[in-house]
Amino acid sequence: MVMEEILETASRLGIDLSQVDLDSLRLPPGEDFGIKSDDEDMNEEYPLEFDMGFGNIIVVDNLPVVPKEKFEKLEGVVRKIYGQIGVIKEDGFWMPVDPATQKTLGQCFIEYNTPREAELAREKTHNYKLDKSHVFAINMFDDIEKFLKVPDEWAPPETKPYTPGENLQQWLTDEKARDQFVVRSGSDTEVLWNDARHLKPDPVYKRAFWTESFVQWSPLGTYLATVHRQGTAVWGGATTFKQLMRYAHSQVKLIDFSPGERFLVTYSSHEPSNPRDTHRVVLNIFDVKTGKVMRDFKGNADEFVVGGTGGVTGVSWPVFRWGGGKDDKYFARIGKNVISVYETETFTLIGKKSIKVENIMDFSWSPTDPILALFVPELGGGNQPARVSLIQIPGKEEMRQKNLFSVSDCQMYWQSNGDYLAVKVDRYTKTKRSTYTGFELFRIKERDIPIEVLELENKNDKIIAFAWEPKGHRFAVIHGDSPKPDVSFYSMRTTHNTGRVSKLTTLKGKQANALYWSPAGRYIILAGLKGFNGQLEFYNVDELETMGVAEHFSATDIEWDPTGRYVATSVTSIHEMENGFNIWSFNGKLLYRILKDHFFQFLWRPRPPSFLSPEKEEEIFKNLKKYSKKYEAEDQDVSLLLSEQDREKRRRLKDEWDSCVNDWKKWHEEDRSERQSLRDGEASDEEEEYEAKEVEVEELLDVSEEVLAFEE
Amino acid sequence: MRPILMKGHERPLTFLKYNRDGDLLFSCAKDHTPTVWFADNGERLGTYRGHNGAVWCCDVSRNSMLLITGSADQTAKLWNVQTGSQLFSFNFDSPARAVDFSVGDKLAVITTDPFMGLPSAIHVKRIAQDPSEQTGESVLTIKGPQGRINRTVWGPLNKTIISAGEDAVVRIWDSETGKLLKESDKETGHKKTVTSLSKFADGSHFLTGSLDKSAKLWDIRLLTLIKTYVTERPVNAVAMSPLLDHVVLGGGQDASAVTTTDHRAGKFEAKFFDKILQEEIGGVKGHFGPINALAFNPDGKSFSSGGEDGYVRLHHFDPDYFHIKI
Repeated sequence: MVMEEILETASRLGIDLSQVDLDSLRLPPGEDFGIKSDDEDMNEEYPLEFDMGFGNIIVVDNLPVVPKEKFEKLEGVVRKIYGQIGVIKEDGFWMPVDPATQKTLGQCFIEYNTPREAELAREKTHNYKLDKSHVFAINMFDDIEKFLKVPDEWAPPETKPYTPGENLQQWLTDEKARDQFVVRSGSDTEVLWNDARHLKPDPVYKRAFWTESFVQWSPLGTYLATVHRQGTAVWGGATTFKQLMRYAHSQVKLIDFSPGERFLVTYSSHEPSNPRDTHRVVLNIFDVKTGKVMRDFKGNADEFVVGGTGGVTGVSWPVFRWGGGKDDKYFARIGKNVISVYETETFTLIGKKSIKVENIMDFSWSPTDPILALFVPELGGGNQPARVSLIQIPGKEEMRQKNLFSVSDCQMYWQSNGDYLAVKVDRYTKTKRSTYTGFELFRIKERDIPIEVLELENKNDKIIAFAWEPKGHRFAVIHGDSPKPDVSFYSMRTTHNTGRVSKLTTLKGKQANALYWSPAGRYIILAGLKGFNGQLEFYNVDELETMGVAEHFSATDIEWDPTGRYVATSVTSIHEMENGFNIWSFNGKLLYRILKDHFFQFLWRPRPPSFLSPEKEEEIFKNLKKYSKKYEAEDQDVSLLLSEQDREKRRRLKDEWDSCVNDWKKWHEEDRSERQSLRDGEASDEEEEYEAKEVEVEELLDVSEEVLAFEE
Repeated sequence: MRPILMKGHERPLTFLKYNRDGDLLFSCAKDHTPTVWFADNGERLGTYRGHNGAVWCCDVSRNSMLLITGSADQTAKLWNVQTGSQLFSFNFDSPARAVDFSVGDKLAVITTDPFMGLPSAIHVKRIAQDPSEQTGESVLTIKGPQGRINRTVWGPLNKTIISAGEDAVVRIWDSETGKLLKESDKETGHKKTVTSLSKFADGSHFLTGSLDKSAKLWDIRLLTLIKTYVTERPVNAVAMSPLLDHVVLGGGQDASAVTTTDHRAGKFEAKFFDKILQEEIGGVKGHFGPINALAFNPDGKSFSSGGEDGYVRLHHFDPDYFHIKI
């Protein structure tokens, strides 16, 4: 009931609500006066765990039916199978016997010490073949009741009338073409518009304790995901944020959307009951729209550990990497000597088999095409070279392969359109004591995929960072020694040299250790984070000139808005002080600064890709003047308004202050005589007594005469 | 603006005070020895020896004859400014902290910390014309609130006493009866310990600085909140220019949490704000630790800051300063 209704009812009954202590009211038990309690919803959401449950009991079906004489033998067999998995409780084994025939019923009940063991037993022995005609069917005792409730006859499900949903992409239609972002600080999570024209954020939605660990936008910005103990939820809507779907996954730790937002992968890892065992991990893949579990994966942590080495928690996230562009067609994961590629039509392995690759270390998908790039290190002490190969999915044909010698490590970087792949190769020098770095550049879209080798001018330079220009053909590298490394820009095609990579420029001695390209390309931020305390240089790669230099002291994170118009730099709670974020224009002008204690996250809401064709974009770019006129006029209006408001505000503050000062002067005057008497008649209050006078004193220090020679 | 560095204290500074004429600067530090300096050139004039603990606060009489100091050695002492000799010692059962002479210098207010089960307290003492007649008797003792009182000053015409401290509340007491008259609003007031309090020259309003990273300007009669100045660091010290509409906030990261990597991380700057527009004008860097004390020369043409680093920095403003426009 709304407060207004309550007030109305109260006034009708002649009750003064301010006299009533609402908390002291007690309703008769079982009576709700037609008001549905919100508490019930809570109960639904948080099912209580009873100590006394039967979660630790399993029911084994399809056992052989044996006469009394063989009872003990069967018991021995069953006990042996289930004793291996966990400790069966004393008296925890019961195999019922038909009193009429004295034969067993083909069932038994096993009680473990913990529900976890029971769960494990069910997983491991369900469909266990004791012999040809006896395949075990295992159920949790707790589930039996649920199964009993299933009606025997199938009834057609009710078809609910179609209710049109909200426009989940409403935010894209903002009149001022602003972007949204989410920030998390303290217990609050807040979504805001970036109102750069007014130099401030504009609130959209705020909620305390919205999430229990972090929030995440879906890749196209439609949903905001929150993470809770019970699972994950996604939020969205036309005007505000409403819960759209829940995905139950107890103790979920990590989540990942597929690039086209069709699927959501959730991950949790659970402490083993026996410390010698490894952690158990559970992965669920949900359909985002329906909330249905499409496939789940369970197993020991080491099954999900990549590339052999890796500790107990060495699962690299995301476990499943999505491929095939925005269609969400394939996902793959790496295992020991295999890559498992699944397709989302049936959620099974492609060709029912994983791809066998001995010793595979790493792989990555092309961002746009179903192409896998994989790296296999050297084998047999250098007898078998390391290699990088490209594999086409679903055919699994190798498109291209490159053998590499004396390799210590490889990193793969895809350009965002999948046009190029750069492989950073660290090689040992002859002495094997140190390494040097080179690049292998693959031109994926060209015939036969030509490969080019790029080495830096100084081969011994360490590579600190590498980044492709989004949608472009250029890349930037930070190389050299840490206090003053150099930054170089290369292009895969220049006007007179289309087939070869060429260097554009090198900037010497930059305080930078990270590269942030604008999502629209052309502009890049050379950032000095961590040791460099947040140095920022905004650089124009078209003109090869610096647009602006700035600093956001101890900045930890930098993120461009999805349009490439603004940049957010933030200091998160890694640092104790300075928490908050700055918003900059693309050319390095600080627009506004917001300080928030315990600042955890800043995330721009992503936008789906533009519908404009590249030709249209080109056309707009050419005729920018024509298009920008309208916006410039708007900008002008806003800035006029702002300065007017600012003047107005100042005038108001000044007036208020003057009235305060007048009051004080008046009081001060009134108190004068009393104050004098307190000071035993000493007259002066302040300045009247002494007045500053400027007195010029001339003092003759020395007089000397000198004869100067006069020349003609 | 080239500051004059005054190195005389061996421990962190706690308080700075100019005399009315603005020719003397008194400094208190944790090293037991209040010191007096020439406010013009920073030369050390003398020290006041006798305390046996950190000295938290001091005040000087209008005629610059009498100095009162409050110390952690559970005493507040009266000194002859000129000779440096101790005239009287008020003994308490817990550390003394804030001290302030009334208008007319016939009364002094002294606060004591909560200690060994004793609550904090505000004591009003009569100051005798002739030091030989001085007694330790209290005219009034007010049992204070929870937690330490960090600063206390007299209200207009000595009718009220204003106190502020650890519980973040600013209070106005009746100086005759000891009754609590006003308390600052919990909503709009400070959220953390009030570390400093400074009265404007004419006593019409005062400024408080707090660890909640803000400073607030209050009307001294009505205790209405007039302005709030927000900064990025806990505020340890505040001062108001008597000449221009400027306020200065000093502070910095807590000394125990200061990073060892970069002195900029601590932000040990004295920050200047426009008093009316509440906007930051600029900052004066230099200290290697948090700023604990700030004071303006009564002529408004210089100010000094005292830091955790043990230095007093005396700044004479450049001519440009007097023409700042924002």
